[in-house]
Amino acid sequence: MDCILIGSNVKVLAKAVQSLSRLGEELYLEPQENGLALRTVNSSRSAYACFLFSPLFFQKYTPPKSSTQRCKMVIKSVQAVFKSLSSLEKTVEKCRIELDIEKSRLTFTLHCKHGLLKTHNLSFQDSESLQAVFDKEGCANTLTAQPKLLVDTVLHFPPSLEEVRVSVNDERVLFRNHVEDEAEQSKAMMTEFCLSAEEFDRFVVNMHTCITFCLKELRGLLVFAESSGLPVSLYFDEPGRPMVLSLTDSVLEVNFVLATLSEEGQPRNHNSNMRRVSEPPITDDFMNDDVDYIIAMEAGELAGDSDWPEPPRHALTPPRLHGAAGDQQESSGECEDEDGQQGAVETPVEESGRPPNKKFRSLFFGSVLPTPSQMSNRTLQSQEVLASDSEDEDGSPSP
Amino acid sequence: MRFRAKILDVGCLNSFTRVVNTISKLTKTCTLRLTADNLYFMLSDKVANGGVSMWCELDQGNFFDEFQMEGVASDANEIYLELVPENLSRALRTAQNAKSLKAKLTKKHCPCLTLAAELPSLSSVSRVVTHDIPVDVIPRKLWHDFREPTVPDFDVSIYLPPLKTMKNVIDRMKNLSNFLVLEANRSGQMNLKIETDLVSVSTHFRDLGNPPCGDGGSQGASQDLETMAQARVDIKKLQQFLSSQQVNPSKAMCSKLIYPSIHLLPI
Repeated sequence: MDCILIGSNVKVLAKAVQSLSRLGEELYLEPQENGLALRTVNSSRSAYACFLFSPLFFQKYTPPKSSTQRCKMVIKSVQAVFKSLSSLEKTVEKCRIELDIEKSRLTFTLHCKHGLLKTHNLSFQDSESLQAVFDKEGCANTLTAQPKLLVDTVLHFPPSLEEVRVSVNDERVLFRNHVEDEAEQSKAMMTEFCLSAEEFDRFVVNMHTCITFCLKELRGLLVFAESSGLPVSLYFDEPGRPMVLSLTDSVLEVNFVLATLSEEGQPRNHNSNMRRVSEPPITDDFMNDDVDYIIAMEAGELAGDSDWPEPPRHALTPPRLHGAAGDQQESSGECEDEDGQQGAVETPVEESGRPPNKKFRSLFFGSVLPTPSQMSNRTLQSQEVLASDSEDEDGSPSP
Repeated sequence: MRFRAKILDVGCLNSFTRVVNTISKLTKTCTLRLTADNLYFMLSDKVANGGVSMWCELDQGNFFDEFQMEGVASDANEIYLELVPENLSRALRTAQNAKSLKAKLTKKHCPCLTLAAELPSLSSVSRVVTHDIPVDVIPRKLWHDFREPTVPDFDVSIYLPPLKTMKNVIDRMKNLSNFLVLEANRSGQMNLKIETDLVSVSTHFRDLGNPPCGDGGSQGASQDLETMAQARVDIKKLQQFLSSQQVNPSKAMCSKLIYPSIHLLPI
C-alpha cells in the first residue's frame, strides 16, 4: 500500500489519529479497495471507532494487491509522527504512507517546508480484521445535528462523567448523568439537559426510548466533529443495542459504535445487536487468518455452561462463539440459554442479506490475541460488551 | 420550609457566579443561610490554629428578581443548608448566558437545591438545563454555631497592594517557608517576611494607604504611625485566599491586623 496526502488533509488524518487515541490504545490500519481504514476499540471492547478515508482523500492511493494487508500498532507511536497539530498545517506539505508487509514496516514520510524530510518507520503486528458490524439504517431512531449542538450539550456535564442517559420522545431529547452506585446517588449532583427536536437537522424517532452509554468514549469524536464542521448523526434503538454515531462526507466516513446498558438494574451481557452487513470478503478472511475467530453475542442468551461452538464451524458464515460470556455470567445475574444454539444454526440462512428477525444476532469481529478476558472490570458489569477476548487460541470456550 | 428565587438579569447572574466561584475555591463545604432579605455563605473553621473562617453576606435584592422564602418555623424564618459550593459553581458556570435562572429547594432522592436555567437556543423552544444539588438541612439546634464573627479591635488597617503582585510574591515565598510574617503600619507601609535557617526574605511595600480610622480600631493616641503591627500566618492559607479572589480582582482589599490574626476584607 502506498498513498500520498497533501495539504490540510494531513491535519485531518492527524486529528483522526488523535480522536482514535482517546478511545483505544492500538490502531488497526487496513488499506482496502474503498480506502484506508483506521480503527480502534477500547480496552473493554464496549466502544469501537472507524475512520474510512476514501481514495479521493489522497492525492494518490494505491490499494494493496492482495487483500491481506492489515496491521496493528500502538497508537502512541502514530501520534508521535503527527506531533504538534498546529504546526503541521504550516510546515508539512505532503505526507506519504507506505506499508511494507515483508519487512513489517509502516513508513510515514513527511515532506516539510524548506526541503525537510521526516521519515518515521513504525513496526507493526499482523492482525486480524477488526470490524464491527452494525446497521445504521435499521435503527429506530436517527438524530442528526450540527456538532456545536452536541459539544454544547456535553459542556453541561463534568469532564469526568462516565455514563449518560439519553431519553427521547417525539418532541425532545433529554440528557441526564447516570449514577450507578446507590451510595453516590445521594451525594452526586444530577444534571439534566433538554433539547427540543427543532434544534436537530434531522429528528426521526420511531421508538420512545432511553439509553445509557459512556460519554467519555465520545469525546474524541466530538472534538473531531467540531473541527471538521460535519453534522453528526446518532443512530440508536432500544437499550442494549449499540448506538452508532457517524460523520460522513464525500471523502471520509467516520463511525463510532458504542454499547449501551441493556436494561435498568439488570445488566445483561452482550446485548449488542449488530447486524451483519453483507460483505463477502469477510468470510474469506476468517478462513485465512491464523488466529481468528469471531465473537458473536447473542441478545441476552449467553449460556454460561453451554457448549461453545467451535470457531470456524461454518465455512460460509461467521461462526458464533459465545466468547467471554462465561466470565460475565458469574458477575451478572441472568443468562438465558437455548436459543443461542439454535440461532447459530439458523445463521447461514439469515445472513443472506435479509434483515434479521426479532431474535437479534450480533457480531463483532474482534481481535483474538489471547489476552485475558477483560470482563471483570466493574464498568463491564453494566456495560454490554461488543466483543471479548478468549483465553484459548484454539477456540475452545473460555471458562 | 420553602425557597424559590429567580434571576433574570445576566449581569446579576455573572456577579452571583463570581461570588460563588470565590467561595468554592476557599472551601469544600460551606453553610448557606437564607433569610427573607439576605443570603449568607458561612464557614467556621476553628480559627485558633491557623484555620480560615469565612462570612459572606449578600443582599438578595442585588441579585434576585424574585425571592420567596419560608423558614423552618414562623419564629425562626430562616433556612440553613450545608452544601458543596463547587457543585453550585459548576451549575452556574454553564448558565452564564441564560435567559433566566430559577432556584428552588426541592426534595428528590434527598433534599436538593435545584437550579434550572433557560438557555437560548436555535429554535423557538429554549434549552433547559436542570441541576439538582444535594444539600443537608441543618437543624435549628445547630444554628448558634454560625454567628456573625465580630470584627475585633485592630491595631492597623491598611489597603493591600494589587493582589496579583502580592500573590506573585507569596507564591515564591511559599517554596521557602511555611509561615509568613505580615506587618503593617499606619503610614501605608507593609512588609512580608519569611525566615528560615538558610535565608530570610522580605518584600517591602510603600505608600499603600490606610483606610480612615473611623471603623473601630483601637486608637491609642500613643500609637505611633511607624509602629508595625505583626501577624504570623500560614502561607498556604493566605495564598488560597488570594487565589480565590474573583469578585473584584483589580480593587484593593483592606487588611486589618490584630496579633495574632489578619482579617482580610474585600471591598
